[in-house]
Amino acid sequence: MVVLVMGGVLTILQPEYFLSAQNLTNIIRQIGMNALLALGLYLVILTAGIDLSVGSVMALSIMLLALADVSGVPWPLVLLIGPAVGTFFGIVNGLGLTLLRLPHPFIMTLGTLNAVRGLCNLVTDGRPVSGVSDAVRFLGIADIPLPFGGKFAVIPVSAVVLFVCYAGVGLFLKKVSLGRHIFAVGGNPQAARVSGINVDGVLVFVYAASGFFAGLAALLMAGRTGAGYPNLGIGAELDAIAAVIIGGASFFGGRGSVLGVFAGVLVMGLLRNGLNLMNISAFWQQTLIGVIIILAVWVDVLRRRTGNKE
Amino acid sequence: MQSSGDTASAAPALEARGISKHFGAVTALDRVNLRLEAGEVLGVVGDNGAGKSTLMKVLSGLFRPSEGEILVDGRPAQFHSPRDSHRAGIEMVYQDLALAGNLPIFENIYLGREPGRTFGGLTLVDHARARRLAAEHLERLQIQVKAIDQNVEDLSGGQRQAVAIARATAFDAKVVIMDEPTAALAIKEVGKVLDLIKRLKHHGVGVILISHRMDDIFYVCDRVMALFHGRNFAEAPLNETNRNEVIGWIMGTMDHTEALEHDKAT
Repeated sequence: MVVLVMGGVLTILQPEYFLSAQNLTNIIRQIGMNALLALGLYLVILTAGIDLSVGSVMALSIMLLALADVSGVPWPLVLLIGPAVGTFFGIVNGLGLTLLRLPHPFIMTLGTLNAVRGLCNLVTDGRPVSGVSDAVRFLGIADIPLPFGGKFAVIPVSAVVLFVCYAGVGLFLKKVSLGRHIFAVGGNPQAARVSGINVDGVLVFVYAASGFFAGLAALLMAGRTGAGYPNLGIGAELDAIAAVIIGGASFFGGRGSVLGVFAGVLVMGLLRNGLNLMNISAFWQQTLIGVIIILAVWVDVLRRRTGNKE
Repeated sequence: MQSSGDTASAAPALEARGISKHFGAVTALDRVNLRLEAGEVLGVVGDNGAGKSTLMKVLSGLFRPSEGEILVDGRPAQFHSPRDSHRAGIEMVYQDLALAGNLPIFENIYLGREPGRTFGGLTLVDHARARRLAAEHLERLQIQVKAIDQNVEDLSGGQRQAVAIARATAFDAKVVIMDEPTAALAIKEVGKVLDLIKRLKHHGVGVILISHRMDDIFYVCDRVMALFHGRNFAEAPLNETNRNEVIGWIMGTMDHTEALEHDKAT
């Protein structure tokens, strides 16, 4: 709903730019990173958890895959590096939470946020790595031309990646027992435990998935920028959390939908894009996003309250 | 639901022999015995800290006993987790109900044991079948709900209790252990839950009922046993005892009926 309204407003305000194919593919490319990070965080937030490390993990994935690429590792292997590094640190987060029994995932992932960011700088002594090959950049930058329309009538490959990931996670959460168990753990971990669900296993899985999507986001970003920067994605975890919350997922776990998360990602993307088109400064964008987070959750609170009165 | 109703086997549905449980220096259970026949309702009473909950957690596989053995249908059983006790047909209905409020009724009933096709540890859940099975099961127990798709958090306390019991009996349970099933209920819902317990008994399910409420015990139970300071204290068929005597057991006094009457009079 909000997405449609925003789309409408933008179309009216900026008719010649907003609906142009170039701008739309641009939006999709811009939201790619946040969309994947938010999808991973959504799984974590469903269990009433949080993963602050995704920005750092993404950056380290980019650094390592860029380094591997420029040093001549064959590209199919390089493609695996991002998701592998991401999944590895996700598992580290999950095990830290379940084996070390740290009191809250905030603490474990705050730790990895810092530790992994440090590693990003350590691997190259703080220097960026440029010159990522075209084969590796394919997912992030390439377009699939449409049989009709002009030069800009294309579907970015990254849009296909997003679609596959969102549809896959959506189906997984609905149809597969492990997906349902993620909801159960978020709804009542004690109930899940006595139902014979391996709660720790579910938790390790969601953090691993969050890391995996951070690694996949790294591939898209490497494609867009063609280089690895150790400072990339600082604060990206907060954008992803914002998108999940704007999308209606509950911080207390067990509630939300994949479509909602995507809507949240779109709201943030459209807002950034629209304000850019209208030449409004980035400072105002950040202020507005803050206000929208508060409004979105407040509207949700109001809706739930009237819902309960019925 | 159809359980070991054959009268040929004399072995009790569930038996615990000499169960002890130590937590560090604290002895929560001290050589406790318990026996439950198929289709029997056994009331377990005792003061707070008498060891009732610990004993039930041992029987449901949540705790491992420090000593003693558990027999199911006369055969020794080892429970390492609730999954093991589920497999042996022993189910627990927890005091806090242990339902996921954000999930619908039918999913709660099959949580952790979803019907569907299984591939390497993951199940492709057949929601349609789960709905149908859940509806049939609720009907068999005469539990009425508005819709099987309702989220559990939208139900009343009594309905939740009924769902928790339905969940416990959905997989051929031989024994259902209930921890204070009526404690949090409105009065008019208490009767419904107790009648549900009678229906389980009718289906041949053995029920262990932990309760503080003498009304509950004397309405549904066949036998009552009391724990005191982690030990077996007393036990009797229901028709050979009375409320005052059982209340005395809870306080750790034998044959104290008269004193209680005396207390009452003053």
